[in-house]
Amino acid sequence: MNLNYTAEELAFRDEVRAFLDEKLPADIAAKVKGFRRLSKEDHQRWQKILNEQGWYATHWPEEYGGVNWSPVQKHIWDEESSRYGAPRSVPFGVNMVAPVIIKFGTEEQKQRYLPRILTGEDWWCQGYSEPGAGSDLASLKTRAVRDGDHYIVNGQKTWTTLGQHANMIFCLVRTNTEVKAQEGISFLLMDMDTPGITVRPIITLDGEHEVNEVFFEDVKVPVENLVGEEDKGWTYAKYLLTYERTGLAGIGISKAALQHLKELATRRTKNGRPLIEDASFSQRIAKVEIDLMAASISNLRIIASVEGGGMPGAESSMLKVRGTEIRQTINDLARRAIGPYAIPFVEEEMDLDYDGDFLSDENAAPVTPQYFNNRKLSIFGGSNEIQKNIVSKMILGL
Amino acid sequence: MDFRLNEEQQMLQDTVARLVRGEYSFEKRLEYSESELGFSADFWKQLGELGLTAVPFPEELGGFGGTGVEVQSVMTELGRGLCIEPYLQSVVLGGGLISQAGNSEQHEQWLGGIASGETQAAVGLQEPQSFYDLNDVEARAEKSGDGYVLNGRKAVVIGGHCADVLVVSARTSGDSRDADGISLFLISADAEGLEHRTYPTIDGSKGSDLFLNNVKLGPDALLGEEGKAAEVIEYQAGRAISALCGEAVGAMEVACDLTLEYLKQRKQFGVPIGKFQVLQHRMVDMMSELEQARSMAILAASVADEPQSDERRRILAAAKNVIGRSGQFISEQGVQSHGGIGMTWEYNFAHYAKRLVMINHQLGDDDFHLERFAALLQ
Repeated sequence: MNLNYTAEELAFRDEVRAFLDEKLPADIAAKVKGFRRLSKEDHQRWQKILNEQGWYATHWPEEYGGVNWSPVQKHIWDEESSRYGAPRSVPFGVNMVAPVIIKFGTEEQKQRYLPRILTGEDWWCQGYSEPGAGSDLASLKTRAVRDGDHYIVNGQKTWTTLGQHANMIFCLVRTNTEVKAQEGISFLLMDMDTPGITVRPIITLDGEHEVNEVFFEDVKVPVENLVGEEDKGWTYAKYLLTYERTGLAGIGISKAALQHLKELATRRTKNGRPLIEDASFSQRIAKVEIDLMAASISNLRIIASVEGGGMPGAESSMLKVRGTEIRQTINDLARRAIGPYAIPFVEEEMDLDYDGDFLSDENAAPVTPQYFNNRKLSIFGGSNEIQKNIVSKMILGL
Repeated sequence: MDFRLNEEQQMLQDTVARLVRGEYSFEKRLEYSESELGFSADFWKQLGELGLTAVPFPEELGGFGGTGVEVQSVMTELGRGLCIEPYLQSVVLGGGLISQAGNSEQHEQWLGGIASGETQAAVGLQEPQSFYDLNDVEARAEKSGDGYVLNGRKAVVIGGHCADVLVVSARTSGDSRDADGISLFLISADAEGLEHRTYPTIDGSKGSDLFLNNVKLGPDALLGEEGKAAEVIEYQAGRAISALCGEAVGAMEVACDLTLEYLKQRKQFGVPIGKFQVLQHRMVDMMSELEQARSMAILAASVADEPQSDERRRILAAAKNVIGRSGQFISEQGVQSHGGIGMTWEYNFAHYAKRLVMINHQLGDDDFHLERFAALLQ
């Protein structure tokens, strides 16, 4: 039993800190810490810095330009970059489609797509969910029919995060209707500029344009854009989802958000004293901090168990549920901390270069939108109920 | 990072597990519980013979010099077996207080016996009005000649009815809730003026409230510096919290196993009830609580024997808060998942359910420790 980092791991942490001290742009960090929206340019600027350092592709083998960090090193990176306010990499290219291409793609696909992900030339988005296929993903209907050396794709995808920035999309499509739902699905890569693809924004309850609908009308996709074998896409999709689940618990993000909450509660007042000194509020903070402490050790236990290689199993489902509940609780407390000022919706104060007077606290404006936006945490990446189904089946054998 | 037990720790835990499996059937436990002693003298003797009561003591007392992890290894298995022997009271708390505060004569007089199991200690730190605040001490120790006279009452002393020696706190100066002015005393079971009101506990042990009526003690009964016991008590209560975390995790493991097994075997509406999603998700929630408790137990063990610090205080308060909550959750949801059978005396699950809730009432419940943690927010 040893809960400490090794000397090498501590040295790595110092290296990470030195890099973040030197290279993380202050304006980007300020946005992340204050829950301000990040532009496409912000993401790209940070990606370029990471790629120059060789630290962008943390999940890839070295031969493709990855870092090949150990699970502990990845964890250190997550913790430190969250603490410093570095943006999390938009995962669809680097952490989702890339591992699938590396494991199941052809040599040509690897040569073509992986370097473009590293440089940021391609911005990928995910075509999984459909209006009629959410938790029951395998019931998806978007149809791809083989026609010579092309597939003709018709249908609709939804909840496509940051699809408005993307030039590439990976999609699950139905190539066979004669077999069991899971056995007729294929994994297709498409250029978003292909005629017949239309992107339409979905504005979420916080007024943000983060997700989109994507429509496919007689879209011609070359057969070389099929990943792996036709009708075997479900296997690849599940493989990708294990990558998606890892890190969804967002322990590092929660730690940063908790710090933000405490600062907010130190500035806000109740009964003439800082809110953080109020007995009932400080106990609410204490409870979520304790839960986060426990989840953080649970996370380390999973990391230590996969340190020798391999992927975390259904334990990460349990942690996804726990971690997202914690993040939502912290958002809830931040909203409570600003009291009546949770009500005004002052979008202009969310811009970093806002130079007017603040209605209440300089960090108040994004708090309520963030709370509503993060209701998504328990829904995406497999809803928390689906995660419990996974645990129930895989671990408990029910 | 490595969260596994090392080879020695694993062997230690396996030894306890084997002993518990062999000696502690559910039926035998009920017998032990209903006996006059309130536990198994024979099992206690075996714990001593195998060196298990000596685990936290130094090698010269036959011990391992074990710290938080080793003590938890023992306590986890005692928790799995729902064992009612006074390991926590005698070995961890009694032995811990005497080790930390005692002088060499007191060490010599008591620790060998406690480490071998031949002497049984119990601790009286709480009082009727004190709730969980161990600094709320109204029992008084007045100077008399070169010794002391003690008056007052100590509450819910588990194992107190049959202990050879009692370690109690009493005030030598200051007001009722002052940290300063609390002293510790060693009282022999046969001391004049010491009376017990003995009772069974709801979770199968026995304990007593101690009434101190002009108990006359010699100068050698004072344990540690006069008036300065609060720090020692807080520190040793912290070690005991870590030990309780181990016991709680063991009991939760079995409670979850029993519930899962029942979900697979009990049929209603023509199918095992584990096919119902509402029960599946409840079971997952129970497992998730167990995982949180395991994580906090590990963290608690890592600081149990470290020097006192606010970080140690924070971790132990957090750990006790988590096991209090998770223990009650697993107890209540486990009973609910079982239905009526989970409420019967003759089914072992019910006894795990009781113990898990009562652990929350030892050394401070989740509310108490939440308040402590909140006071240490950084």
